[in-house]
Amino acid sequence: MIRFERVGFRYAEEAAPVLAGVDLEIDEGELCLVVGSTGSGKSTLLRAVNGLVPHFTGGILSGRVTVAGRDTRDHPPRELADVIGYVGQDPRAGFVTDLVEEELAYGMESLGLAAGVMRRRVEETLDLLGLEGVRDRPLATLSGGQAQRVAIGSVLAAHPRALVLDEPTSALDPVGAEDVLAILQRLVHDLGLTVLLAEHRLERVVHLADSVVLLPGGGRPVVYGPAGTIMATSPVAPPVVRLGRAAGWSPLPLSVRDARRAAAPLRARLAETPDAGTTRGAAASSPMAAVRGLEVRYGPVTALRGVDLTVSRGEVVALMGRNGAGKSSLLSTLVGLVRPAAGRAEVLGAVPHELRARAMVRHAGLVPQDPGDLLYAETVAAECRAADRDMAAPEGTCRALFGRLAPGVADAVHPRDLSEGQRLSLALAVILTGRPPLVLLDEPTRGLDYAAKARLVEILGELAGDGHAVVLATHDVELAAEVATRAVVVAEGEVVADGPVEEVLVSSPAFAPQVSKIFAPLPLLTVAQATAALRDPS
Amino acid sequence: MSGRQLHPGAWWLWALGLATAATRTTSPLLLLLVVAATGLVVAVRRTREPWAGSYGVFLRLGLVVIVVRVVFWVVFAAQTPGPPLFTLPSVTLPSWMAGTRIGGPVSAGGLRAGLYDGLRLAAVLVCLGAANALASPSRLLKAVPGALYEMGVAVVVAMTFAPQAVTHVRRVRAAHRLRGRPDRGLRAVRGLVMPVVEGALERSVELAAAMDSRGYGRTAAVPPGRRRATAALTLAGLLAVCAGLYGLLGQGSPPALGAPPLVLGLAATSAGLWLGGRRSPRTRYRPDPWRWPEWVVSACGAATAMATVVTYGTGSPGPPPIPAAALVLAAAAALVSAPPVRREPA
Repeated sequence: MIRFERVGFRYAEEAAPVLAGVDLEIDEGELCLVVGSTGSGKSTLLRAVNGLVPHFTGGILSGRVTVAGRDTRDHPPRELADVIGYVGQDPRAGFVTDLVEEELAYGMESLGLAAGVMRRRVEETLDLLGLEGVRDRPLATLSGGQAQRVAIGSVLAAHPRALVLDEPTSALDPVGAEDVLAILQRLVHDLGLTVLLAEHRLERVVHLADSVVLLPGGGRPVVYGPAGTIMATSPVAPPVVRLGRAAGWSPLPLSVRDARRAAAPLRARLAETPDAGTTRGAAASSPMAAVRGLEVRYGPVTALRGVDLTVSRGEVVALMGRNGAGKSSLLSTLVGLVRPAAGRAEVLGAVPHELRARAMVRHAGLVPQDPGDLLYAETVAAECRAADRDMAAPEGTCRALFGRLAPGVADAVHPRDLSEGQRLSLALAVILTGRPPLVLLDEPTRGLDYAAKARLVEILGELAGDGHAVVLATHDVELAAEVATRAVVVAEGEVVADGPVEEVLVSSPAFAPQVSKIFAPLPLLTVAQATAALRDPS
Repeated sequence: MSGRQLHPGAWWLWALGLATAATRTTSPLLLLLVVAATGLVVAVRRTREPWAGSYGVFLRLGLVVIVVRVVFWVVFAAQTPGPPLFTLPSVTLPSWMAGTRIGGPVSAGGLRAGLYDGLRLAAVLVCLGAANALASPSRLLKAVPGALYEMGVAVVVAMTFAPQAVTHVRRVRAAHRLRGRPDRGLRAVRGLVMPVVEGALERSVELAAAMDSRGYGRTAAVPPGRRRATAALTLAGLLAVCAGLYGLLGQGSPPALGAPPLVLGLAATSAGLWLGGRRSPRTRYRPDPWRWPEWVVSACGAATAMATVVTYGTGSPGPPPIPAAALVLAAAAALVSAPPVRREPA
């Protein structure tokens, strides 16, 4: 169905290759997962399938990519639209029309299908993706999960034979992600669709994949094979696989279900030792920031109502909840970007929205969802100098911080050319230059691979140890399990759960990390905890 | 007949008819009637699409136009007959600037004339706003001939630039505050421009990629002979239309240059567009049909325009009964149209 023959790609004659010697043959009805660290060329590989690379991006493609027998060399993306459906990283960026129903029909109109056929397929697609309830809603009003489903539906309605998706769940909350993935699995099983998708959060998808393409990056050869085989040695692996490797389970489990079966004897053994698992947890001592009866409104929409929360020195709080639950609003209030409609917010005794920007950065710092928003300069060095100036810090402060967060980045690199993880580190360094006691992060792991995430966990731990308080809004339950001391769940603008991370996460089916699902009811959350318990069962 | 949206073309014809009527009068009563008619119809007939809120924007824009017009009238053209209300300090510009006088005595008549003139412009704007609110440009796009479709998409996409830029400006301003830079004042504005332009460029490239991968711009194979015929027909047709319009509107041009070339030109252009449309394999999903409500609504607009144009040329005061009645008819007949699908509030 999709065939790569000795494919290589570079942006310019003298540039380093992004892809080299890729040989793949993906069969019909296969769900193939593309994994690799950031910057290893996953998006390039996906975009080469429908010819966006190189027809759209420029650059030099060697070798041959054929889809359903058509060579992408002679067929630009539009000529492949009837066999390949491509959904990019941000589904909203690809919407052409205003309404759900019209968006679903758009691709078919371009292909010139008859009106009757289009009508029927739109109805079928609405049912298939569970979009019937929002069929005549404006696209701008959809939630993240709905928007992703519309984006998938809009290419699916044209009945392509293969679907290519770039990080379809990275912006979604755990439940929304499960919806989207369940639909993909159904399409593969019921309709024999071929699906090729890239995803950083392997824990969400690896158990659905038939095969895996591993891009090691740095020009090393691409590995392609059955999911189980590749995962046994892959440098990027979800918690369930890492646990399986540590415990020496064979065959290696890819799903929580398989792992739970394999772990049965282990669970029985651990249950006898009373204190399996350790409780992290800083003694809540000196409060640093507090909100009381906080209410935030945007026009007629109430984003937060009656929220009470206190954050203390040395705490790492994971703020969780659905897309649109009010997490970002809470963070924005704490840095004074949003003025509360009622109630009170306080950071170190000051009211955030009354502080001037210069004073604000000494109280609280926020790394926004898109860290690139914070970066304007042409080079890393200039960015760091500007940050020192902005925050009135001694010269070199920001550069030193960045060097520690992301070692080995040259001064002259443009911030846009940094990898996702490096960009986040730079934004974090900029914010930390002002030494804000309260550090806030909004979705810090979007687009981060496991290595970058591990580095982030380390950094956040250090910050908490230095007496900062950290609040991170995240959908990434594995990250919350790794780093947080406390979890707060927000729903519909209200706090619905607040407590030690072990209690809150384990008790929720949606937010429980993989390790805790495997070991429930034992309070183990992370692979590190589990392996420690394995080694030392006494 | 319930829950159908009217063909967008019908609303545009109706609104253009009302706008034509508005340009032909300065009678405040008639102009207010025009505004009231559009307001009533929009209130009853608009959908909940994102564009539907634009009527209010145009209404506010109309108020601004009135104020600006009155101010200009007072400052530049106050010398109208009648007893002066008050006198502004006046300056006469040197003769190389046409010797215009600025300021001077302002009469009640002058003020009133400025007000009515502003009102007329505002009424025309409000008519356009009503058309926008009742039939969004993207729906109108669906009714455009196939040959012009791709150009139309480019225009619609360009129009979404403004609202997106506003969101982006907000994000960049927030980022300024997070970095401890001033988020208000002139210095802040300087730092805004580059990130916003960069963001807009990135978004358009992404959208273009998405559209291309969904088949935008696919073309059917067309023999070169037909392609040439298309170009020739369209070009010749447009030239003939120009000649025809010149003949009709220009004073003292020979009558043969009027209607005949216009009709021939329109026919040739339509044929060219039709042939050109064959090159694009595009089809339409649920095209809006043109049935009797569309006829009634557009006829109402046309009747209103005709009544005003026939009754007087430009600028006679007072509300003659015929145009006033036509305006009431316009509002009433628009209500005959099918009620729109009431979309769930967002």
